[in-house]
Amino acid sequence: MAEPILELRGVNKSFGPVHVLHDVDLHIYPGEVTALVGDNGAGKSTLVKCLAGIYSIDSGEVLFEGKPVHIHGPAEAAALGIEIVYQDLALCDNLDIVQNMFLGRELHSRFGALDEGTMERKARETLASLSVRTVKSVRQLVASLSGGQRQTVAIAKAVLWNSRVVFLDEPTAALGVAQTRQVLDLVRRLADAGLGVGLISHNMNDVMEVSDHVAALYLGRMAAEVPASQTSVSQVVELITTGRSGDIGLSTAAANASM
Amino acid sequence: MTDPKLTTPAADVAGTSAQSTAAVDFANDVGPRNIAESFRLYTQRVRGGEVGALPAVAGVIILAIIFYSANNLFLSKSNFANFLTQAAPIAVLAMGSIFVLLMGEIDLSIGTASGVCAATMALGVTRNGDLNAALGTPTYLALLLLLVVAIGITARYRLWIATGVIVLGGIFIVTKLTQHAPAAIFVSIAVGVAIGSLIGFLVAHVGIPSFIVTLALFLAWQGVLLKFIGQGAAISTQRVDLINKIENENLSPTTGWILWVVAVGIYSAYTIGRSLQRRRAKLTGEPIDLVVLRALLIAVVTGIAIYVLNENRGRTVFAKLQGVPYVVPIIFILLVVGTIVLAKTRYGRYVYAVGGNTEAARRAGIDVKRIRLSVFVIASAMAGVAGVIGASRQGGVPSDFGSHTDQLYAVGAAVIGGTSLFGGRGKVRDGVIGALVIAMIPNGLGLKNLGSSYEFMITGLVLLLAASVDAISRRRTATS
Ligand SMILES: Nc1ncnc2c1ncn2[C@@H]1O[C@H](COP(=O)(O)OP(=O)(O)O)[C@@H](O)[C@H]1O
Ligand SMILES: [Mg+2]
Repeated sequence: MAEPILELRGVNKSFGPVHVLHDVDLHIYPGEVTALVGDNGAGKSTLVKCLAGIYSIDSGEVLFEGKPVHIHGPAEAAALGIEIVYQDLALCDNLDIVQNMFLGRELHSRFGALDEGTMERKARETLASLSVRTVKSVRQLVASLSGGQRQTVAIAKAVLWNSRVVFLDEPTAALGVAQTRQVLDLVRRLADAGLGVGLISHNMNDVMEVSDHVAALYLGRMAAEVPASQTSVSQVVELITTGRSGDIGLSTAAANASM
Repeated sequence: MTDPKLTTPAADVAGTSAQSTAAVDFANDVGPRNIAESFRLYTQRVRGGEVGALPAVAGVIILAIIFYSANNLFLSKSNFANFLTQAAPIAVLAMGSIFVLLMGEIDLSIGTASGVCAATMALGVTRNGDLNAALGTPTYLALLLLLVVAIGITARYRLWIATGVIVLGGIFIVTKLTQHAPAAIFVSIAVGVAIGSLIGFLVAHVGIPSFIVTLALFLAWQGVLLKFIGQGAAISTQRVDLINKIENENLSPTTGWILWVVAVGIYSAYTIGRSLQRRRAKLTGEPIDLVVLRALLIAVVTGIAIYVLNENRGRTVFAKLQGVPYVVPIIFILLVVGTIVLAKTRYGRYVYAVGGNTEAARRAGIDVKRIRLSVFVIASAMAGVAGVIGASRQGGVPSDFGSHTDQLYAVGAAVIGGTSLFGGRGKVRDGVIGALVIAMIPNGLGLKNLGSSYEFMITGLVLLLAASVDAISRRRTATS
């Protein structure tokens, strides 16, 4: 198997007295989709935000392409090529699609003025290459977009840059059937293009359909990382709800310790 | 310049050439093609809640008609110039307030802050620059302490322009260069910058709501002003030519026309050129006919204004009084610079982003605290400018300078002009348009000899109306 592009070893994170992540290990492989599953409050979003540099980790190691890295802020995550599509999307309603896609990384022309032309062209190219046909104009305000369109913009924003790893936090949670289909296809295409993809989802059918690996978090501990081909929906559900299934998963002691 | 890191990996994702798909998929994405289409889009936007400056422009026209029909002096030559000079200090404060409002914050202290700025300037020019003697050593040291603290704050947040302005202002004070009017005017602005960094620090770093910080400072600066110049006293600046001229003297008619030609020429060339170039590059842009029409309209309206101002409005046959008041080009320059900063620079984009969705801005790697702090610096710097203009208008600095209605009028003007109180929506021009509305009310009522009672009531109602438009349009954009 290929080397992981991103690897976590024994990561811990607390918010004051609340110990949210316990010794979490995680592997993300290039060209493959790793589903990150777990019940509400298991710590999935927190884990992703640690990788994005929004939160700092208390202890543990993050390795990018085998080398230890320290991610101190969103800019450093972006510099490594780690992009996140957040659960709550993180788009500015008062800005248009182009402005949102380039937020924080605007292009300049000479004299320090914003290079709106190039940004508009790049935004269009990216959306077109993702086969996005639902958006009429890239100069629409994001406030005027539907849920599926917003999701598309958020994903396009993540792949606009030379990204290597993309995490999507519940990208289909608020979408209808057709839009979910489109987003899942998009997720698969990202991996086929060689990116390492982390997909957080509660929908087991989606998970089994598009992912190559499944990583199950249980109360802030990594219960198991298994290849999707060697597991089943019922086993994953068991891992999510009890932290173990048969001979894989957390030891009873560890599972109880988190209670 | 293209960032080398920016590639189009997505091109591989779809396995096609991005260039060709882009051409197909967004071939129609070039914006409205003609005036009719842009008008339709515009009405759509207005219905959707993006009303912009429309209500304020309508307000200006309606008020002008009402006041003119009540008293035809209202549109007279002398009243027109008078009315512009009345609107000027409010416009400057309002333009500064807009940066704060874009952040969803408020600054209630800009009026009294402008008093402190103006007093520092006035004391400097009238007391040979010896602020130590003029203020008394403890007060003088407190002023220097404020500057030092502000230098620390702005340096900590890498607001280097602000740091530079405060340092230079401090040097002018210490070296008594403030006896010269240009240095004294600069010091007024520098004190504003220092005050703004203090406010910004308390709001953005410490986390105190801006409403409370600036309410407290509204009171505190009033006290500082009293301390500076004494109860009931006033410092006259009428004999300081540079300051006095701003609101009381005029450009020569020829200079007025030259500036008009230059400004209208640059504006037309820029907007028409941009429209043509964007069309050629197949980018979204405004249709050329709309751009030309708008440029013409602006040229005509401003041309009429200049023409009227250039007429002799003197009351006697002995002295001619004509020309555009000096303050008008000053406001115009502030308007242009502010507009460029907000619309064309990365900084401006970040102001909108933080005001629109702070969390999204943070995740995009924007230093949210720095941006939040900086808007208060801009607002108070503009208060420093307003202090100079206000001193010119009142002929000096009385001990209650700026403590009456100025800051409320300024915030009101911004909102009337179309800037949202909820953050994220607004333009610098809103402050100028809103200030015209606000200044029209007392001006028009004054001519009818209706007292302040009506002035306050009507201004209050207009503001309430504007805030309602803001709230309703916000609901509409949220649900559309
Ligand atoms: N900023 C925070 N401060 C305190 N507790 C937090 C914070 N963010 C998340 N948590 C807690 O961490 C746990 C994991 O949350 P989260 O990562 O959002 O879970 P998930 O995304 O898996 O549903 C929850 O118990 C939540 O209450
Ligand atoms: Mg979550």
